[in-house]
Amino acid sequence: MVFSYYPGCTLRTKAKELDRKARLAAKELGIELCEVPEWQCCGGCYPVAKDEIATKLSAVRTLMAAKEADRPVVTVCSACHNVLKRVNDDMKNDPVISDRANRYLQNEVPYQGEAEVLHFLEMLRDKVGFDRIAEKVTKPLTGRKIAAYYGCLLLRPGKVMAFDDPENPTIIEDFIRALGAEAVVYPYRNECCGAYLALEDRDSVKKKSSAVLNGAKAGGADSVITACPLCLYNLQKCGGEIPVLYFTELLFEALGLE
Amino acid sequence: MQRIGVFVCWCGSNIAATVDVKAVAEALGKEPGVVFFEDYQYMCSEEGQNKIKNAIKDYALTGAVICSCSPRMHENTFRKAAAAAGINSFMVEIANIREQCSWIHKDKVSATEKAIVLGRAAIAKLHLNAPLTAGESPVVKRALVIGGGIAGIQTALDIADAGFEVDIVEKKPTIGGKMSQIDKTFPTLDCAACILTPKMVDVAQSEKIRIFAYSEVEAVKGFVGNFNVSIRKKARYVDEVKCTGCGLCTEKCPQKKVPNDFNLGLDQKRAIYIPFAQAVPKIATIDADYCTMLKTGKCGVCSKVCTAGAIDYKQKDTVLEEQYGAIVVATGFNPIELTKYDEFAYSQSPDVITSLEFERITNAAGPTGGTLLRPSDGTHPHKIVFVQCVGSREDGNGCGKTYCSKICCMYTAKHAMLTREKYPDTEVYVFYIDVRTPGKNFDEFYRRAVEEYGVHYIKGMVGKVSPENGKLMVRASDLIEGKQLLIDADLVVLAAAIEPDKSARPLATMLTASMDTNDFFTEAHPKLRPVESPTAGIFLSGCCQGPKDIPETVAQASACAAKVIGLLNKDKLTCNACVAHPDEMLCNGCSTCEKVCPYGAITYESKEFRMPDRTTRIRRVASVNPAVCQGCGACTVACPSGAMDLHGFSNRQIMAEVDAICK
Repeated sequence: MVFSYYPGCTLRTKAKELDRKARLAAKELGIELCEVPEWQCCGGCYPVAKDEIATKLSAVRTLMAAKEADRPVVTVCSACHNVLKRVNDDMKNDPVISDRANRYLQNEVPYQGEAEVLHFLEMLRDKVGFDRIAEKVTKPLTGRKIAAYYGCLLLRPGKVMAFDDPENPTIIEDFIRALGAEAVVYPYRNECCGAYLALEDRDSVKKKSSAVLNGAKAGGADSVITACPLCLYNLQKCGGEIPVLYFTELLFEALGLE
Repeated sequence: MQRIGVFVCWCGSNIAATVDVKAVAEALGKEPGVVFFEDYQYMCSEEGQNKIKNAIKDYALTGAVICSCSPRMHENTFRKAAAAAGINSFMVEIANIREQCSWIHKDKVSATEKAIVLGRAAIAKLHLNAPLTAGESPVVKRALVIGGGIAGIQTALDIADAGFEVDIVEKKPTIGGKMSQIDKTFPTLDCAACILTPKMVDVAQSEKIRIFAYSEVEAVKGFVGNFNVSIRKKARYVDEVKCTGCGLCTEKCPQKKVPNDFNLGLDQKRAIYIPFAQAVPKIATIDADYCTMLKTGKCGVCSKVCTAGAIDYKQKDTVLEEQYGAIVVATGFNPIELTKYDEFAYSQSPDVITSLEFERITNAAGPTGGTLLRPSDGTHPHKIVFVQCVGSREDGNGCGKTYCSKICCMYTAKHAMLTREKYPDTEVYVFYIDVRTPGKNFDEFYRRAVEEYGVHYIKGMVGKVSPENGKLMVRASDLIEGKQLLIDADLVVLAAAIEPDKSARPLATMLTASMDTNDFFTEAHPKLRPVESPTAGIFLSGCCQGPKDIPETVAQASACAAKVIGLLNKDKLTCNACVAHPDEMLCNGCSTCEKVCPYGAITYESKEFRMPDRTTRIRRVASVNPAVCQGCGACTVACPSGAMDLHGFSNRQIMAEVDAICK
């Protein structure tokens, strides 16, 4: 299986482990990730202003590269995935944005959202299959109690992201179980961690993030996993004493990689 | 050549202020065939009608053109006047110079010009008019009511009371519907069963009413006055005649793990069951999905204990063919599925329940014997949060409904009040977007909940319910205080939106009755014909037409019965005279018209034709049932060979009108 791979800026700086272990785990599972050539920043945050296209263009370029390569584009970072998926939806379903973006980019053949945007977890679930991953696990995480933290960006807006039920998701729990660990289900797994408020209102972030980690702890979790570098940062800095890891670190470990 | 009279109405100042009526009358007087013209202040008045009648007699008119309001308004009036003066009523044409001219224009010169053109078109058409006679069809003096809830029961009782026979088809084993599951009714708080079950008994005892319970309508053919309906009586595996309803089998059946749908799955029943004590008909039914005997052939306990010998494991579905003059749809509603509303944790905690489940928990005949207990651990809840508008009044992009479900504000006030009345140590919160309580004594009722019973009404919505340590943590916003709230509730009750029963859509297809995008049946006129479907002979009762509470449902059910009685009272129905008719020599039997006909009026028959070369040939040609045809004209447009034409609106007549306008 070959996929286009879009790492994004954070995975080159703060979240190197997320990137490195995703690539190695994918290789172990027989997946070839081809990095999108000359990729640019996704934009960082999906621009909700309806009349703004300039901030969407870099995402469109990545999507066009994926269409060119004729294979789905996979991301690991929740934020990049959210931006790419939503911009792709605009290009497919919003004729005004699509038309303006195509004109600006002077595309001879207009891009109309043809690329398939996948999160790494979706790739594992839909293209590989959690049962096949369970077969590949050499060091099952038996006895570990792990809580999934989804955050907002993977799930919402539910109709566009179409990732899982935004109110009662199961994909990361299924992933945890495939690795042999016990999944801890707790109510705050799809609540916001505080996100960018970390820059100016640390108290709010503390409140939100500690609710998440306390919830996981009350459920008996020994660690929490996430796919989002910002969530990880907030939970680690403001949350509490439970270790917070990237989901790829867990996969890496269970596959017996060093 | 026709002798035509032109009558121009002023409609007070409605027309005359914008159209020069005298100029119109004079201009039209010069048209070919026009032998008389006149204008008058109110043509529809008795004096005006007399002018028409006299002119017809004095000038030996063969037709009349009335330049007035829309034909929807007074066509019938003028047709009657013409008929009284001795000419065929279809020799009257209306030129609509009010709604389509004076009301929508300001400039008198151009409006007058347009009125003349419209009159000219009517004259051109009238030249090609021919006298038409409407046919007649007999009426079967029996009505069918589909659905045996309070709507269907009331309609059936009223029709029977007028002396006509009625059949009720109910898909469940008993009639009674949703009302039989409800505990108390607002705004008077009388017990639902106490007022419903006597009506159910009346139905059972009426000589005019037959109940086909555990049955479904399978096919409908025919037309107003003459419907042929196939009804499938599902196998109960119990002989309806022999069963005495003693209930012994329902106590002895060893299969105890069957979800009890009457209690919405809150407890369990046996595989052979009678839904509730006052069921009508009181006959046991075997649930084939759970019966050990039917599944494995080993058991037979019910058959052994039944002293009446009523158990029949070999029973099969039977299909009845019945004839009816009128059909009443009373298929009712259901609360929506809440699986997509997991922010309220409905699927995650048994202590998050719907309002209908709350009714069962507080009902003396329910799973808890009427004591308010939490489904999870059977303890008494001390803090209850009610959430209104779950799935109602959404923006249309979500998974819910755009409409207001109408009944939730009142039943939530009822639940809150009754809880505080019976358990004063319980704190009750109600979260609302708006409280909507129009209705007799309704707002007073809601205010009592707030003012006398101390229910905490909070404007705002609940964002999330999370089950934690046996409690339900409810996070919500108080929009008036501008605060975030966190309430540790023991029970959360969701006022789920209501939607039409799932059987309504396929039924509408069978009946060729129209529906809106929410699958509610459409009425013939939203204000003036609220209990009739646009399809002749189909009537609407209760929530199948839109959300309604019990008082409104009963009112509509009786109104519906009055309409049915009016129909059944007639011996013959006058058909529409403007019906389609094929030119059989042009028809090539392609079936296009049959496919576009929304009323199922067109069939095909093989007919013998004498050919020019003196041979005979059998050809397949269209045939229109004039009793069913509504004259919509869809077939005349669709027919590729131009064989289909409409009496009173023939292709030639329409073209003559167009030519007159374009001249």
